[in-house]
Order: sequence, then C-alpha cells, then structure tokens
Amino acid sequence: MDKSTFEEPQTIAGPMHSELRHDSAHKHVAGTADYIDDIPEPAGTLHGALGLTDRAHAEILEMDLSAVAALPGVVSVLTARDMPHSNDISPTHLHDEPVLADGRVQFHGQPAFAVIAETRDIARRAARLAKITYRDLPHRIDVADAMAGGGELVTPPLTLQRGDAEGELERAPRRLKGRMRIGGQEHFYLEGHIALAIPGEDDEMTVWVSTQHPTEIQHMVAQVLGVPSNAITVNVRRMGGGFGGKETQGNQFAALAAVAARKLRRAVKFRPDRDDDMMATGKRHDFLVDYDVGFDDAGNILAVQATYAARCGFSADLSGPVTDRALFHADNAYFYPHVKLTSQPLKTNTVSNTAFRGFGGPQGMVGCERIIEEVAYALGKDPLEIRKLNFYGDKDSGRDITPYHQKVEDNIIRQIVEELEASADYQARRAAIVDFNRSSRVIRKGIALTPVKFGISFTLTHLNQAGALVHIYKDGSVHLNHGGTEMGQGLYTKVAQVLADSFQIDIDRVKITATTTGKVPNTSATAASSGSDLNGMAAFDAARQIKERLVAFAAERWQTTAENVTFVPNHVKIGEQLVPFAEFVGQAYIARVQLSAAGFYKTPKIHWDRAAGRGTPFYYFAYGAAVSEVSIDTLTGEYLVDRVDVLHDVGRSLNPAIDIGQVEGGFVQGLGWLTTEELWWDEKGRLRTHAPSTYKIPLASDRPKIFNVRLAEWSENAEKTIGRSKAVGEPPLMLPISVLEALSMAVASVADYRECPRLDTPATPERVLMAVERLREKA
Amino acid sequence: MAQASGSIRFILNETEIALSEVAPAATLLDFLRLERRLTGTKEGCAEGDCGACTVLVGRLADDGRNGESLLYESVNACIRFVGSLNATHVVTVEHLAASDGALHPVQQAMVDYHGSQCGFCTPGIVMSLYGLWLTNDNPSRAAIEKALQGNLCRCTGYEPIVRAAEAAAKERPSAIFDPITRTRETVAARLKVFQATETIVIGPGEDCLIVPADTAGLATVLAENPAATIVAGSTDVGLWVTKQMRPINPAVFISGIAELQRIESSGAGLTIGAGVTYTSAFEALSSAFPSFGPLLDRIGGDQVRNMGTIGGNIANGSPIGDSPPPLIALGATVTLRSKDGSRTLPLEDFFIAYGKQDRRPDEFVESIFVPALPAGDRFAAYKVTKRRDEDISALLGAFRISLAGDRVETARIAFGGMAATPKRAKAVEAALIGQPWSEETVRAAQAAFETDFQPITDWRASSAYRMLAAKNLLMRFFLENVGEKAQLQRFEDVA
Repeated sequence: MDKSTFEEPQTIAGPMHSELRHDSAHKHVAGTADYIDDIPEPAGTLHGALGLTDRAHAEILEMDLSAVAALPGVVSVLTARDMPHSNDISPTHLHDEPVLADGRVQFHGQPAFAVIAETRDIARRAARLAKITYRDLPHRIDVADAMAGGGELVTPPLTLQRGDAEGELERAPRRLKGRMRIGGQEHFYLEGHIALAIPGEDDEMTVWVSTQHPTEIQHMVAQVLGVPSNAITVNVRRMGGGFGGKETQGNQFAALAAVAARKLRRAVKFRPDRDDDMMATGKRHDFLVDYDVGFDDAGNILAVQATYAARCGFSADLSGPVTDRALFHADNAYFYPHVKLTSQPLKTNTVSNTAFRGFGGPQGMVGCERIIEEVAYALGKDPLEIRKLNFYGDKDSGRDITPYHQKVEDNIIRQIVEELEASADYQARRAAIVDFNRSSRVIRKGIALTPVKFGISFTLTHLNQAGALVHIYKDGSVHLNHGGTEMGQGLYTKVAQVLADSFQIDIDRVKITATTTGKVPNTSATAASSGSDLNGMAAFDAARQIKERLVAFAAERWQTTAENVTFVPNHVKIGEQLVPFAEFVGQAYIARVQLSAAGFYKTPKIHWDRAAGRGTPFYYFAYGAAVSEVSIDTLTGEYLVDRVDVLHDVGRSLNPAIDIGQVEGGFVQGLGWLTTEELWWDEKGRLRTHAPSTYKIPLASDRPKIFNVRLAEWSENAEKTIGRSKAVGEPPLMLPISVLEALSMAVASVADYRECPRLDTPATPERVLMAVERLREKA
Repeated sequence: MAQASGSIRFILNETEIALSEVAPAATLLDFLRLERRLTGTKEGCAEGDCGACTVLVGRLADDGRNGESLLYESVNACIRFVGSLNATHVVTVEHLAASDGALHPVQQAMVDYHGSQCGFCTPGIVMSLYGLWLTNDNPSRAAIEKALQGNLCRCTGYEPIVRAAEAAAKERPSAIFDPITRTRETVAARLKVFQATETIVIGPGEDCLIVPADTAGLATVLAENPAATIVAGSTDVGLWVTKQMRPINPAVFISGIAELQRIESSGAGLTIGAGVTYTSAFEALSSAFPSFGPLLDRIGGDQVRNMGTIGGNIANGSPIGDSPPPLIALGATVTLRSKDGSRTLPLEDFFIAYGKQDRRPDEFVESIFVPALPAGDRFAAYKVTKRRDEDISALLGAFRISLAGDRVETARIAFGGMAATPKRAKAVEAALIGQPWSEETVRAAQAAFETDFQPITDWRASSAYRMLAAKNLLMRFFLENVGEKAQLQRFEDVA
C-alpha cells in the first residue's frame, strides 16, 4: 500500500479515519434528499399495484380479472403470460421463483397479477376487484410443520464436520440436548420497495429502483424482457434503508415496471403499500435449532452436534448461503474440539425468506450462545466463565480451528472481553444483581456479557470483487462512482474519504454520484458488510492509477524523479515546488494525461469448497462484545433494558462517527429482533403482523437507557484492507444477544439460577412470563 | 342532501390555500406530495405508526384564560384528511431552513450529532423534534422519548437523535431563524378569519364532505345524512381509507367544533367533550386520576394523541381501545346527542357487542362525564403490550376499590383485550367485595377471571398469557396498594 497516502500529516477536510458527517445529512434533515418516489415523474407516468392471492397453497382454477380491467383509469392488467420472455426471477437460477404466480399459489400474498393504472390509488383499488377461484392444497407454514411433512428442502444442505462429535458426545462426562426456536424478522426499511421504469429507444430501459443490487436488477429485467443486459441501465442514488431486504426482493417490482413500460411505452412506477410490501417480500429466516453438547464438570465443551433447520419459504432465493452462514457462526467465538453441524433449508408455504443483516450468522450465534447457557446453568456457573473457558486460542495453539477448517489467525476476543468486563464493572454489578434478586419479589434483574466473532467475505468467493470509476475534471474536481449502493450506512462518505485521502484534496472536491450499472458493471450486491472493504479498495485502485500517471507526468514536466512528486494537502509537491491541485491537473490535461480510471479489487486469500466443507471462506473476522443489564416484571413479563456497554472492533476506523452509528443502530435492530419483533402467521398461513401497527420494531424508548458504545481503538486489521479498517455493517447486530441472555438470567433467578430458562426468541413479554412460570413450577 | 358551498382554507407553510374541490378521503400527505410536490414529507406506512409523514398543524385553541392561542402539534399527514384542515397552519419540513439554505437549529443538531443514516425517517423526526423544541426549553430524556414515540427509525438506534434533541434545546426560538415564531401573530389573525361560522359543504351529492361549525349544525347534518361518517381525529377512519379503501362519504369533519373540545371540571367530576384529544385531556385526567397519565402517554405517539379523541375511542367501540376500561372503572357516563335531544347512559352499557354500540346513525357522542374519585378510593390502570410505547394493548386492566376498615367495600374492575368489548370483571369484583384486602383474597379472586373472560389468541398475545397477566395485574394492583414495587418504570420523572 502507498504509505504516503496514509502517513503524511493530514490537513485536508475529510481524510480517512476522520469523523465526517454523512454526505447527505444536510439534505436528509431539510427534506431535499431525493428518494425514488421524490424524483419528478416523466409525463404520463403510470402506476402499478400487485394483485395478491389469499391462499397459502392452492391451484388457481380461474382468475377473472374483468372487473379489475373495467375500473376507469386502469390501463393494463398483467399476468404471468404477459412476461415477454421469462416469468422467472430466481436469483440463484433454480427457476423456482416466478414474477407472478402461474397456476399455483405457493404462499399467502403471492402476487398473481399486476394492475397498471393512471394513478396509484386506482391501481390499488382495482387490484382488489379480482375474482380468483382456487383449489386448496395442504400447506406447511413453520419449521416444525415442514419437518413433519417430510422435510422438503429448497436447496442442498451443508454439513460442517471436524473430529468425531458423535463418539465424543457418548464419552463426555456430561451431555445436554435441547431445542431452540429463533424467530425471523421483517426488515422494515422505512422506504418501502419502489421501481420506476422509463422506456428508451429500441430495447433500452432505464430503471430507478431502491436496490442493494443494481446488477442483479439489470440481469433480471433483461431476462424477463428477453433483451441483452446492455439494453438495461439501473440507477440508485440512495435507499431509505435496505438491511438485506433489497438484495433480491426488488427484482419483482423492477421486472413488472419494466414489462409494463415496454408494453405501454410509458414510464411505470411500482410502489407497493407497506402492508403489501411486508406480505409479498421475504424476511429473516426463522430457525429451529436442535443441539446436543458434551462437556466436563469444569465447563469445557468437548463436542457439539447441532441441526439448524430454517423456514425458507416457497423458493430458494438466498436460503442456501444464509443457512450456510448460520453454520459458519454456530461456533461464534468458541473452539469445539469435535463438532458436526448440519443445515436444513426447509420449504414452507410462506414468502421466500431472504438476506437480512447478518445473513444467517445471527441465528447461528444465538443457537451457540444457548448452548453456552445450558452448560453454565447445568453447572451453576456464570455463563461468562464458560465463555472464557471455551474461547478460541491463539494462532497455532491447537484451539484455533473452526468447524469449516479455517484457522482463526486474528483472534482478539479475549482482549475485547476482558477490557469490557473491567470497563463495564461486570463482576461487581453481577454480584449486586444477584443480591438484589434475593430481596425483590416482583422485579428481577439480569446481566450478561456476550461476544461476537463474525466472518467477513461473501462465502460465494467470486462475489468478492468490486469496481470504481473515477474522473478528475480539468478544474480539479473529482467525480466518484463505484458499484456499492448507499442505504444509509455511509458507504458513499467512506469511499469519498478514500479518494480525498488518496489525492489529498478536501472532500468537498469529490462529487459522489448515483450507483449505476452504466458506469461500473458486474457488481456484487452491497451486502455481507463488504461495501467499504471492496469499493473502498476499488476506488483506491482507480486513484492509484491516475496518480501514477500524474506522477510520471510531473517527473517529466519538472525534470525530476517520481520519488520527488508527492500529493500533499490540496497541492502536489514536486521537489520543493508546491502546485495547487487544480492547476496541476489543468497542466496534466494540456499534456494529454488520461484523468480517468476504472479501479478494481478482488479479495485475496479466500477459497471455499462447499462439498468438502473446508476452506478459508473469510478474509478476516470482526470482533465485539456487549454487557447488558435488564429488569423484568415477573407478573407480566414486561422488561426494560437498563444499561448496555459495548466494545466493538472495526479495525482502524475509516470514520468513527459512522462506525459508532452502525454499532448503535445494529445493536438496536438486533435488540428488536430478539425482543419485540414477532412475525405471526395464523392457521391459514396468513401473516398477521404486516404493518407497524402489529409488527413492533424498537422505539427511542426501547433503546438501552444507558448506552455506552466504544470502538476498540487499538485494533488494526491484520489483513491489508483499506486503511486497515474492518467491516461494520453486520457484526454489531449480534451484540444484543447479551440482552436476551440478561433476560434469561433474570428469569433464571426465580429458580436460583439452576435451570436454563430456554428463552426462545423473540423474547416478548409473553415468552418471558411463560418462562418465569415454567421455572417457578420446577423450582 | 347538502348544497355545495364554501371552501377549506388553511395556510401551508407561507402560502394561503383555499380549496373548493376536495375529495372526502383526500389525505394531507397525498396533497403535499402529489399536488404541491412537497416531497420532504415521506410515506412510510400510511397508517399513522411510523411518523415519516410528520408535519406540524397549528390551530387556535382555548388557552385556558378565556382566550385563544396558536398551538402547533405534530400529526401524521398520511391519515389526516384535507377536509379537516380548515383554519389551520400546516408546517412541513421544507418550511424550516432559511431561504439561503441555512439549517434550523433542530436540523443542524441532527447533522452535528449524526442523527440521520438512510434519512427517510429524518424529515418526520425533525418535525417531531421541532414540535418539542417549540414548547420545551430543557427537555428531559423522558420528554424527548415521548416526543419520538410516534417516529420509527430503523438505522440509528435513536441515541444520536436524542443527543441532537438535547443539543437543539440550547438554541431558543427567535424570529431571526424560526419561521413559526416569526409569523405567530399574523397566522393567528388569518386563522381567526378562516374559522367557519356556518357549515361548509364540498362536493356533489353523497360524494361530499361536510364541516359543521357547531354541534347544532352537526346534529342537523347527521339528521339529513344518516349514512355519514363522523371524522374526529381520523386515527381510525384514516386507516379505513388508506388500508381498507373504504368510502367515507359523506364525511363529516368535527375537529374544528369548539364546543366539543371543552373540558369542565367541578366537584362532581370531569366533563370531557367528545372532540378533546388525548393530548388535551392529559392534564385534566392525570391530575384527577394520577394513574391515567402514564396510560395516556402510552396511547399511540404524540402525533396520534394530538389527533385522536377520547370520544372517537369510545364511539368506535374497539375491544382494545385504551380509554374505555379506566373510564368504566371510574363509573363514567356518555352523553349522545341528536337533533331530537340528548341522552346519557353508563359507558359500559354503550358497548353492546363486537363492533356494535348503542348509537343511532343520527346521534353523535357529545361528551363523557367522569365522576370524581371519592377520597380513599384506590384506582389504577395498567396497559400490557409487546412493545412498551405506541403499541395496541394485548390487555388493559383498570381497577378501583374502596375499603371499609380492612375490607373491600366496592370494586369496579374493567378490562380491554379480554373480550369482544371493553368489559367489567364482575365475578372478580364479587370475589373481592366484603373480603379483607389481603394477598389471600387477591389469590382467591384471581380464579374468578376465568368466569369473567375467555380471551382469544392472536398476534398480540395468546389466550393463556392474557389470562395469566390479567390475574397478575390484580396482584400488581394489590402490591402497589400496600407499597411494594410491582411495576417497571424507565424514568422516575416523566416531565
């Protein structure tokens, strides 16, 4: 890496490692940041609405859409047969996901037709006028149903295995088996799905869509229309939140908008109502984990065997890699001497579950921490003691091998946990809480410290690539484009910092431009926390290329050597001479130097053999830990999160303000997942929690009352990432497992901490109260 | 059928608007975004739960000193009807920054403290914080959280937003940079002019909206239009439109009727006009019945409490409405009025069956009378939800007892969420009356809940949980009566 870039004194505005505000912050607060629904519509824009089915599993015998089409203002009604080339938008090319249901309904709310009308209101009204005749088929809604029904899978399962788990379980001095239910989660991005398709000349189509994956939208639209990818341009400047929910789930809306736009030669917008969005798009997978752990009297884990069965919904979508990642995190930060982990990606008659921040990792980790709890409560010990006993060891300690045979080479979990244990005063507070619980009848407290170790990289190795396009104009202003998308995480800001830092120019000289498939092709989704790792490096590479040309130009023009040319704040230093950056660039242009470059990056080192269950799927690990303290009301199960202390590892932070925002926000999102966010299907397979009135994400008053978040400032990525930083998007989501375990401890207090409460998630007040009752009966 | 006449007049930011054509179900949000292209206000849910569409609405309100003051309140534009806006000042996020682009202190604090990430909820959050900033110069964390109860943010975890609210409070309203401060007097004068003195009717035949000027006008309108939908705060009716796409015409908007917004206090008790919002009722109800305050604070968010009315909560007869159980426990009566006169009945008798109330189509709920609590009576109301704030009750229990010596003399207990209507727990009451006020009595009485209720299982809670929690709420009531801590409180002071 170019050391001058990082080690020169930094006096520019907005270098790497500085606390810069989000690039759109002033527009967010003024209401002038444009989301897709805010862009002025082309004249004559039409509006679409989905026609949703209302059976969980059925054959469509007849679809009478005459009343739909007859409503004044309706321009067109689309069904599966109206897809010009293909009705398939399966992102994994398994051909299991239709744009519109064709003959068979596979989940309640699956769209079977679409209405295009002069206004959105008319389209929505018309969509309710269909008369569909069904022949009901048996449906399976949850994991247990699916298992009972034979366990049909949507995609091949994975097994990770090391040693002889079965044999060691038999031989272990102690052994425990259990089952945990882990609930799913709705993304609840504040901006729902939206796509605006604008037809162009010939077969051209421009689509503005709220997506984390413009390239896939491009390919899907091309596939459905039957045109080459080069006819389709997909743009997105910003999303109002994504969280994984806009990785594949925008395909449907973009495809329908494009099909209608092609057919009607008018711009077409699809913006589903929140309820339709929540019913028709996928969510975080819920899991049923069956675990079997062998351990000794000291609490050393000897062997673990577990099955992670997931509700995948009717199609594969991303369920393969999601359930894989669950297994990759079923060890969290612990060394299992013998282990066997199996996934079961089950088919259910529910919406197809998809990516969600953590991508299966959180579920893997929650299951793992349940195992730790089981061991601790069985032995009457503080779970933290069991955690410390079983942490991965140092490199080459013999305790550094994961269930997928990757060595943990950058382990800092012990350092993180010990520092946090001291700074949060864990031991004294725990003792005080145990004391409090002895004398408090109704209110009980709990405290827990849980660690996070999260693997960074797409486990599908080829996705770990990225591109950027950088231009310097003659006036010295810089145009930045890259394949990553902005969903609020501050990626655009961080990558702009990389460029400002590389050229040593103030960040306001860098123009951040909307992500578009026309500038950077063949991109991966902005997902897997990889955004700044990949795109930051690609932009860095583009800057490097331009800088090399500029240095060569300067050496020739000023008759010196390349070593004497350096980029210093807002200037280029050539020997002893300082030339303002803009002036220097102007001269380079006159000298016919190419001032534009396409940068590229691919993550080194990684490889993964799925069939063998072996490899190095992750470039590095991100670490963190949290201590949470809660109070519960043992009469109602209601609770409060009293205090949380976090110490989180982002390597050398590119932007501490943004990273702390990711940690705080990820924590509260994970807190919601584990506590109040409950997806509830009725016996007909209808999701009944499909709006914020019934689906409860955290409010300001749900965040920890005291919330101390620190970054581990001493940490540097052991690998050569951009500025030695680490990914931050997903790992913090798992920190609130500490809240779940603190709730669990408070419940356990009613049985003197000798019984594992086996609190399933989401740990709603109801689950907490029922666990209290169960333990009281046992005590 | 009413004759079309008049127009809806209001001020939008700095512009006076007069609309002589308004669809009965036209929402403020669509008006802003589609007709005025003020796209800073976002649609997140179209049901009044996420707050992305928060705007301030200023109205002239009784200032308690025989005058009127211009009161600005946060509301959800998605479920606010244009027809209800006569004589108001609608303030959107576009109005805050100066014409040269300089941000308002509330906006600047949100930038400085990194209060936005994706930014989609941000305009709504800015408006909620602006509403707080106008009225509270030193908000506690509890007050800030209360102001944000109706705003969802999925990115930040709220911590930086709360810090921004604290920081913004240091800069106080000044005409130099604050648009509302600058125009308060001129706006108040204009709104006074806009106030309707006679019934406004807009639209042809049945497809009309009607804004009566007073209760007599309302009674006449209902006599002539028995199929009309009465719209007060529209926190329910709004969803009939945005979610169920039900027609509400003829729609009768009553939020501007001053007579329905009165609160009268006497030694006998409180008379609350049916149009009094939760926010306006807070002070009177919470000072007369202290347990009522924390309960009101958990109904919706500020935006809903600023629109929703106690009268509407009763008139719509939801089994999970939060005000009927405590009002029933307190022995409240409801007065209905029509062109033919008024009648008053005990509130509990108003609820006949699920979705069926004792109200004729030509009647409207005029007021609720809540008798004063006799000295020595104990009263408490407890709401149980999945999420603490801005959530619909899984169950809600209201308890009132009086003692004679150490024995229970009277008991009135009412629950929401346990039956198809708000309902008295008469078997539990019977099990308490005449017994010593003791834990043994409470334990014995808990069994009687199974006589009174057979709750359902739904997404809010299972039947088993509802039953168990209901029993335990009686225990909580007892324990709190004998001075034991039996309820969680996030903050000691909620001011």
